Amino acid sequence: MPRTAIQAVGLNKWFGEGDTKTHAVRDVSFDAHFGEILYVVGPSGSGKTTMLSMISGILRPNTGAVKIEDTEIWNLSDDELAEFRLHKIGFVFQDYHLFPRLTTAENVAIPLILQKRDWDEALKEAVLDLEIVGLKTRAQLPPVKLSGGEQQRVAIARAIVGRPDILILDEPTASLDGDTGRNIVTFVRQHILSDQRCIVIVTHDARIYEFADRILKMEDGRVVAVGRELLDA
Amino acid sequence: MPGILRIAYRLLVNDRAKFAALLVGITFAVFLMIEMTSLFSGILKRSSATVINIGASIWVMDPSIQTVANTIPLPDYVLDEVRSIPGVKYAVPLYSGAALLKLRDGVYQSANIIGLDDTSLFGRPTLLAGTIEDIFAENAFIAVRDSEFYKLENPKIGAEFELNDHRGVIVGIAHVSSSGLFGVPTLYTTYNRALQYIPNMRFTISYLLVEPKTPTDVPLIKQQVAAAGYLALTKDEFIQKISDFYKYQTGIGTNMLLMTVISFIIGMSISGQTFYTFILENLDKFGALKAIGAKGRELISMILFQASFVALTGYGIGVGLCALVIWLARIYLPDYAAIITYANLGLALVMVVIIAAFSSYVGVRKVLKIEPFDIFRG
Repeated sequence: MPRTAIQAVGLNKWFGEGDTKTHAVRDVSFDAHFGEILYVVGPSGSGKTTMLSMISGILRPNTGAVKIEDTEIWNLSDDELAEFRLHKIGFVFQDYHLFPRLTTAENVAIPLILQKRDWDEALKEAVLDLEIVGLKTRAQLPPVKLSGGEQQRVAIARAIVGRPDILILDEPTASLDGDTGRNIVTFVRQHILSDQRCIVIVTHDARIYEFADRILKMEDGRVVAVGRELLDA
Repeated sequence: MPGILRIAYRLLVNDRAKFAALLVGITFAVFLMIEMTSLFSGILKRSSATVINIGASIWVMDPSIQTVANTIPLPDYVLDEVRSIPGVKYAVPLYSGAALLKLRDGVYQSANIIGLDDTSLFGRPTLLAGTIEDIFAENAFIAVRDSEFYKLENPKIGAEFELNDHRGVIVGIAHVSSSGLFGVPTLYTTYNRALQYIPNMRFTISYLLVEPKTPTDVPLIKQQVAAAGYLALTKDEFIQKISDFYKYQTGIGTNMLLMTVISFIIGMSISGQTFYTFILENLDKFGALKAIGAKGRELISMILFQASFVALTGYGIGVGLCALVIWLARIYLPDYAAIITYANLGLALVMVVIIAAFSSYVGVRKVLKIEPFDIFRG
């Protein structure tokens, strides 16, 4: 029986009030497990990003709860939640959000620096992680000198440098060509996924569906299907 | 340095164009603020040069006096009246007036003549050459070696000139702590010789210089002098009165204040705008930091550090630049009246801190408002 990494129960989120009220996520419940890659798929506006933000401690749900391992994250204070994210969750943003004025190694080291680790030690560790993503030789370059695929790998290195249990990837292949996108996800599957880590990927890129262990499909803010069978379909 | 501040530092200085624009804005503002206030300080110090150089504790004068340069002569009996006030240790007359000298080569030169009390020579300057007793010699004058000295053709002891068809001889060269405001050289002589050489009105005493027996006697002396219809001011009060005149009644103070305020506004506009743009350009990155796990106070500390670093660096460069310009100006313009005082530096620092605080406030507001959720939404 796989260990549960994320447990979302009855998540609801709406924006605005009265006539402008928009229900983005409706009564979403699901589990994600260690050792698996869970895809969240669905058309634009289906609530994927809102749901992702709620399970990663970024957007507070109007109702419902999120448990990561044994912690009810929405019972934590803002500072505790920030600390929790810093140590437990790694993020790969759609647009990478790398600092163009820092070197690649410094970008990767940011989570460690936020964890108050020594600067030199953090940079050393960042270079080791860049080696994992195959970019050790680019450590001293600014991210703008790297290709889109390389920047994506830098963002992955930054996400894993703090050794988080949960990895959240938001549309990791959106800005990449087909081959590069597949390479990235293959790389994540082969080198980043482990029994101690759960990876959640939001995407609507059908070309990479084959790398998922399970797929959670959303429409109009609701989960309409969960399971491996979506792959076969 | 904590890692988060090191990141802030690199973000700032690696964006060379913005960093340079921020520095130029602050440096320019600091330079103008210090230059303006230093000019004003220089003018104020020079306007009180005679008071500073003579150094008497109490000055008795006509109540209508506004600056030390515009004297209204006092009747001789005032001297006796003041000397009779209990608490007065001694009181001596001082002559201060303008004269036209004819130098050896026939050139006419205006000069300020200070006539010291013949008996005590109270208020005498420090001599660089000659002895003070020589001031009692026939036709004797002591020239002050200040920024105007060259206008007397750099006289040596024994140099001669004419004053009102009287022969004058330089018997000493003196040093004083402050040069005058009006760009004319100063000559010291005795009170009686000054009266003899320079045409005068009915009354001849420009000021009475009074030394109290003890500091506690000052209020009584002032009160008694006031009762006689005159004004007694301590040295500091007199300097303040002169400063107030230049500040509030000549327009100089208003203009300087206006220029300082304009410099401040320009600096704040340039820096505030540039810093705001800098924050806007990095806003998504700050949002990403927040999502990763940076706390609000850590982001605030980054922005405060960046604003303070720019402000203090710009302040240092601005002060250095101003000092350099004043130094260069003095090489070519000995009369250039500008002095950088601790008060000027303090004022500019306060204004720079306000600029940094304003810039930070704009940035902090923006960064605290950004939601990490917006980063996911793109």
